[in-house]
Amino acid sequence: MLQSQIDRIARATPPALAARVRGLSDRAIAWLFVAPSILLLLAINIFPLIWTIRLSFTNYRVNRPNQALEFIGLQNYTRILTDSDIWLSMQATAHFLIWTIALQVLIGFSLAYLINKKFRGNNLWTTIIVLPMMLSPAVVGNFWTFLYQPQIGLFNYAVSFVSGISPSSFSMIGSTTLAPWAIVIVDTWMWTPFVMLICLAGLRSIPTSIYEAAECDRASNWRQFWTITFPMVLPFLMLAVLFRGIENFKMFDLVVQLTGGGPGSITELTSINLKRAAFEQWRTGYASAYAVILFVTVFGLASIYVKALNKVKQR
Amino acid sequence: MSSYSVAEPSGAQKLVAGALVILYACITSLPLLWIIATGFKSPSDAIAYPPKVIFEPTVEGYVNLFTTRTRMPQEQLDALGPPQTWYDKIVRKDGVIITGASRFAGRFYNSVIIGFGSTALCIVLGTAAAYAFSRFKVPFKDDLLFFILSTRMMPPIAVAIPIFLMFRQLGLSDTHAGLILLYTAVNLSLSVWLLKGFIDEIPVEYEEAALIDGYTRFQAFYKVVLPQAATGIASTAIFCLIFAWNEYAFAVLLTSGTAQTAPPFIPTIIGVSGQDWPAVAAGATIFLVPVMVFTILLRKHLLRGITFGAVRK
Repeated sequence: MLQSQIDRIARATPPALAARVRGLSDRAIAWLFVAPSILLLLAINIFPLIWTIRLSFTNYRVNRPNQALEFIGLQNYTRILTDSDIWLSMQATAHFLIWTIALQVLIGFSLAYLINKKFRGNNLWTTIIVLPMMLSPAVVGNFWTFLYQPQIGLFNYAVSFVSGISPSSFSMIGSTTLAPWAIVIVDTWMWTPFVMLICLAGLRSIPTSIYEAAECDRASNWRQFWTITFPMVLPFLMLAVLFRGIENFKMFDLVVQLTGGGPGSITELTSINLKRAAFEQWRTGYASAYAVILFVTVFGLASIYVKALNKVKQR
Repeated sequence: MSSYSVAEPSGAQKLVAGALVILYACITSLPLLWIIATGFKSPSDAIAYPPKVIFEPTVEGYVNLFTTRTRMPQEQLDALGPPQTWYDKIVRKDGVIITGASRFAGRFYNSVIIGFGSTALCIVLGTAAAYAFSRFKVPFKDDLLFFILSTRMMPPIAVAIPIFLMFRQLGLSDTHAGLILLYTAVNLSLSVWLLKGFIDEIPVEYEEAALIDGYTRFQAFYKVVLPQAATGIASTAIFCLIFAWNEYAFAVLLTSGTAQTAPPFIPTIIGVSGQDWPAVAAGATIFLVPVMVFTILLRKHLLRGITFGAVRK
């Protein structure tokens, strides 16, 4: 079907063009194949980034285009780095990042380890566990506000069913002590399967002959786990942490729908904070400087981490 | 003891492992089942205390999702006569009439165009670039590959401001083309890296044989390499689609009316008092179906894709 279509297109191509295409050298084809991707990335990733850096040194505001553009040097940067509100939102992000990664690694790895015991029907259950990942984070955040409602929410009801606390006595997203955990729970629910899949891939890549050799040497199960399983899955686990770390550092959609940064600004992660500055207060120059700081932070942390990852891989 | 194998866990181990995994799967699928169930509840059942597990199913949520309604006093309702259609009948008992179609169908259509459009574009560009990186001597190959990967680390909000300005300038804001290009650019790094891994695994000898048989480079590419890379392309497509389908931040900032996708729309579905949960749940369920079907069909390739092709099977 596809083949005949391709043939038809090939036949429909004017001979002059066909000859020209056929006559292309490998070098020309290489450039023809690579150029569109590079151009698109330059136009939609790199050019805007350079523009952001330029704007970060100005007092530009999108909602006042007629105002004279003034270069104000590092003023935006000094203002951000001395702002205590921004440090609070950095702290909120750190809390979110550390706990989601810790929980997802722990649960995700355990699940992968159990699934790798290859019990009957493990494929079906793996597919079921993976489903939350397919949902839209914004819709998930929105629907969980319903599950978190005191009294009628399923979550509160389930907690009261297990612990006996009255379901209307606490509000996960209304309380300043519980809200940071509310976002951690939803993110963990949604993304543990991702960590699990990567760990499972790691576990399946270990050749069984290694275990057979260990068995011959009478190594205990405990010892086999720590000297074979864990070190061999570690690079995969670290890859999972890298992906989740980058994603959660940028976290916006799920949390903005779930808590909107509240109550107060207790769950206002840096991306939400940045979006407010850029698209609600329209302080474009200031927000650009903020964006640059965030980008440098994530880029710096990620490259240190990738170095560590490569070291682990080489071992 | 002849059948004993250390690689094969014992029966007791399997039983315990299976029980624990099934327990987790049951707990973790509760919120998802709740979303699906809420879609078939009446608004009063949805907010009942204690939460109702057994209820009389109704498609009211789905009707509400696709329509706009207005409340009418009883005497005017009576004057209208009996309801004409089955969906009229469902809402009439709440004292409202249907005044028209909601914007959900349009938003869903936008999601289909943008989600599948950007996935297709991303696969085309990604396959071409990956093939070139895999087979030819591209100058500065490693630098270009790292450059492509590094674009993935950029927080979307960090580039949202200039993209917002740029799109406004070029007339791309709130258009299908604008979002398709944007999502393609965001997914391209993933697609190039994944596909390069897959194409690297295809032996070069196949193409060389084809070239000797008189095929051109292009023919060798689409007649020999493409069919071999099909599974890799499938798993890459899943990840591109999941991202483009569910993306929210860019969609909410760069679209408002004509090209808005479903994720920013679903949370704004409002009923008479606050959010209309059955309609929201119905929207979430319908929205999940295409990507779920796509994933289940291609689930065998999921594991390979997620690890950049590191695992063969």
